[in-house]
Amino acid sequence: MKNVEITLNVNGRDRTATVPPRMTLVDCLRDMMRLTGTHVGCEHGICGACSVMLDGEPVRSCLMFAVQAAGHRITTVEGLLNDDGTLGDLQDSFWECHAMQCGYCTPGMLVASHALLEENPDPSEDDIREAISGNLCRCTGYQQIVEAVQMTGKRRREGASHG
Amino acid sequence: MADAPVTLPNYRYVSRKRRTKEDRRFVSGRGNYVADIDVPGMKHVAVLPSPHPRANIVSIDTSAALALPGVHYVLTGDELAEGTNSLFHGLDLPNVKWYPLAVGMARYAGEWVAAVVADSRYIAEDAAELVEVVYDSLPAAVDSEKMLDEDQPLVHPDHGTNVLFRKTWTWGPVADDFAAAPHKVSYRARWGRSSTVPIETFGVVARWDEVHEIIDVWASIQMPQYQDQIASAMRIPMNAVRVHNDVDVGGSYGVKRGIKHTILVSYLAKKLGFPVRFIEDRLDNMSGGDAHGPDRIFDITMAFDDRGVVKSMKIRALDDVGAYPGRAPLQLGKPMTALCGPYRMNSIEYEAISVTSNKTGQVPVRGFGQSPTNFAVETGIERVAKHLGLDRVEVRARNLVRKDEFPWKIPPGSRYDSGDFHAVLEKALKASDWDDLIRRRDALRADGRYAGVGIATCLEPGGGNNIFEYLFNPKLKITTFVESVLIKVDPTGVITAVMSTTTSGQGHETLVSTIAGEELERDPDTIRVTHGDSLEALPTRSPVASRMAIVLGTAVSMAAREIKGKMIVIAAYDLGVDKDRIEYADGEFAVRGDPSKKLTWEEVAQIAHKQFHRMPPGHELGLQAYSVQQVPGGGQMPDENNEVPLYPCFSFQAHVPLVEIDPGTGKVRVHDYFIAHDCGTAINPDIVRGMIIGGVAHGIGAALYEKFEYDGDGQLLAGTFVDYLLPSAHEIPPVTDVEHCTPSPMTSLGQKGSGEGGYLGAPAAIASAVNDALAPLGIEINELPIRARDIEAAIHAGKSGT
Repeated sequence: MKNVEITLNVNGRDRTATVPPRMTLVDCLRDMMRLTGTHVGCEHGICGACSVMLDGEPVRSCLMFAVQAAGHRITTVEGLLNDDGTLGDLQDSFWECHAMQCGYCTPGMLVASHALLEENPDPSEDDIREAISGNLCRCTGYQQIVEAVQMTGKRRREGASHG
Repeated sequence: MADAPVTLPNYRYVSRKRRTKEDRRFVSGRGNYVADIDVPGMKHVAVLPSPHPRANIVSIDTSAALALPGVHYVLTGDELAEGTNSLFHGLDLPNVKWYPLAVGMARYAGEWVAAVVADSRYIAEDAAELVEVVYDSLPAAVDSEKMLDEDQPLVHPDHGTNVLFRKTWTWGPVADDFAAAPHKVSYRARWGRSSTVPIETFGVVARWDEVHEIIDVWASIQMPQYQDQIASAMRIPMNAVRVHNDVDVGGSYGVKRGIKHTILVSYLAKKLGFPVRFIEDRLDNMSGGDAHGPDRIFDITMAFDDRGVVKSMKIRALDDVGAYPGRAPLQLGKPMTALCGPYRMNSIEYEAISVTSNKTGQVPVRGFGQSPTNFAVETGIERVAKHLGLDRVEVRARNLVRKDEFPWKIPPGSRYDSGDFHAVLEKALKASDWDDLIRRRDALRADGRYAGVGIATCLEPGGGNNIFEYLFNPKLKITTFVESVLIKVDPTGVITAVMSTTTSGQGHETLVSTIAGEELERDPDTIRVTHGDSLEALPTRSPVASRMAIVLGTAVSMAAREIKGKMIVIAAYDLGVDKDRIEYADGEFAVRGDPSKKLTWEEVAQIAHKQFHRMPPGHELGLQAYSVQQVPGGGQMPDENNEVPLYPCFSFQAHVPLVEIDPGTGKVRVHDYFIAHDCGTAINPDIVRGMIIGGVAHGIGAALYEKFEYDGDGQLLAGTFVDYLLPSAHEIPPVTDVEHCTPSPMTSLGQKGSGEGGYLGAPAAIASAVNDALAPLGIEINELPIRARDIEAAIHAGKSGT
């Protein structure tokens, strides 16, 4: 089949790529757009390392074709940075809590946690465990990840009440 | 029991909560993993697996694959066997040849038979499907126990048997101790074929530089002697191998060995003249890659007195290493390091048997064989308590080495360096509020649930001199595992440390900068740590065996102290006083008694680099020091009794989980998990805590979910995450970690290993809890993983009286 030219809005910017119709979204992001923060773990939708936001919802970019994402809004881990390139608050909490070891699942964990906090600014521990339960981590046992999300939520709420 | 009366130094950076050096790039999405490395002109590999567990390869037709546009080459085993040397085995097995692709015979389902090189992985996979292989399928050897006494299909016909290694060692008066003991229990414990399964698969890129005759390798690797083995297999000198150690490795926990992948792409890159990359997909990884761990049957008898004090143990371990052994059989050797766990046994008989089968090859896994052995020994301690009707905590307390007995020598020769096992056990009981936990268990039981409290006390040997290898293969006279660092202070006074190996989540940059900062009283955040490539860097044996804090950490201390000593000499000369009169503190070199006479850190660095006229005559210019450390206490061959001090440092943990079992489905829910842990001085508490809890998570997986299951014909039934179950945030409970610190006398700051401890104790602790839950039903399961279906079946069988 012929290659297809597609335009995706990635992290607030329109990006165009010419891709084979069978190319997955994650391969397009990584190999065509060189956004290598999104990782490939299992390629069958279980591990969540490839999670990105599609129009505000977390999705597995290994289970989608790039052409299916044409015209849609994608947020990757790189899109969680502040506009000036500094770490977003969630990323900063992950660092502060050492919510990772090897870092490989981290972009997917950040995306899943970001999606949760967008929807629920005051999640319980159970809410957080539920939200990241589709993302596998083999290093941490999840606890410091849970703590990082709690810290971010708390700081946002305090910031909102003080601001 | 009171806490150990240990006075710890008041560290500035060590043992303090500090952000790690590595995490910033990971949260930004700017890690440098192997799949992120884009070497210009690189082509992509896909492999074709054998569908048969055991088959002769009659013919391979590559023409259709080669005809596909975008395909550059199709490689088969015959060519590779011509062009490379057989890969390394830990045992001396001259007739067990091992190449990255099957040669003549496929020995497990999933073994790579051909490799396609193409413009993209997509095209390479298309082409792999066009490679036509004619097989003559044969019956497979699958059941490890049958390898010993029945005629089985031979995995390696030239070797003549499926037994690769079988040897019995006796340390101490086993026969006398058994004769004198009033009680004995015998039992079987079984460890299922599980592993650590990192989320990143293995990947490697190789580029042959024709002009310099160097193979450049970027790989997600964690392996000792990697460049040695590349050189050997590729028939090139070691200084023609440049391994780039600055690749971030997306998890390993022992398994990222990747030598066959590396030789495959290195051969292709050298032959074809362009860079070649192979990134496993998940199926490649789980069926044909370096994924499977120990698969063991233990038969054990313990001999003990009326108080439950174990005097002696006979232990037989039968391990199925799969089709190609590599270093896997040596995983029966590491457990000698702490064969009796934290207990005061007087004698041990150990029979180690390694068999080959038509399964995917076993690779080293977190703890290098220690976790299965800990589980098996802990199972015995539970049995002893049950036999005598004694409390299992009390039985452990009676057997633990006491704090005034260190260094404690165990029968195989290890000398436990330090510890306060009773204090740590007490901390675990206190943290868990043991009596309350028992009440909660009983409340759940009263509510119609099956509930249990578990306990395990385990050692974590750290440091890894691996002298046990000699006991398995007399050709391996390796008495140490070196590690090194180079520290440089530049003319402006800032510090760079060059380490020599890769990192797969252990936080080595944080380790090195924290210790260097502590020793030199400089802010670790200002210290840069780089991973030198294998041609530039000093010797390394890679980050295995919980050894980096111990060996690299001590190297950093030693190099930093040498730098400080040099700066004191320079300052003394410049200030015109004897060096003994210089005091260094907070970045200033001052004359004792005359603090107005001083030089700053930066001034001394300036002198060393640029102001020759102020330098002491004959003093080395610049400001640098390196340290190559051997494993503390290493350097000895086994004596005539096969005794040898193995690892130098011993961390200790006590685990206490509470589990509940659904009576209908057999599903286990881990409610709470408490662990008390002593790894000496923790360099970075967050890193240690993460390792411990993450290790517990691995252990819960091994205990309850994870298994590379095979059918009776040798087909792998668990090659994806749908059927090989990794625990999620739902299955892993909140873990309470309580730390204790007994510094090691063997290391620079009292540090010990911490990378394996959680994994070494958790499987035993979970099994203990599950069996406590099932005890009222008269059910005991000593085979891991204990899956819901296993429990359900046992409950059903019990109820129906079968």
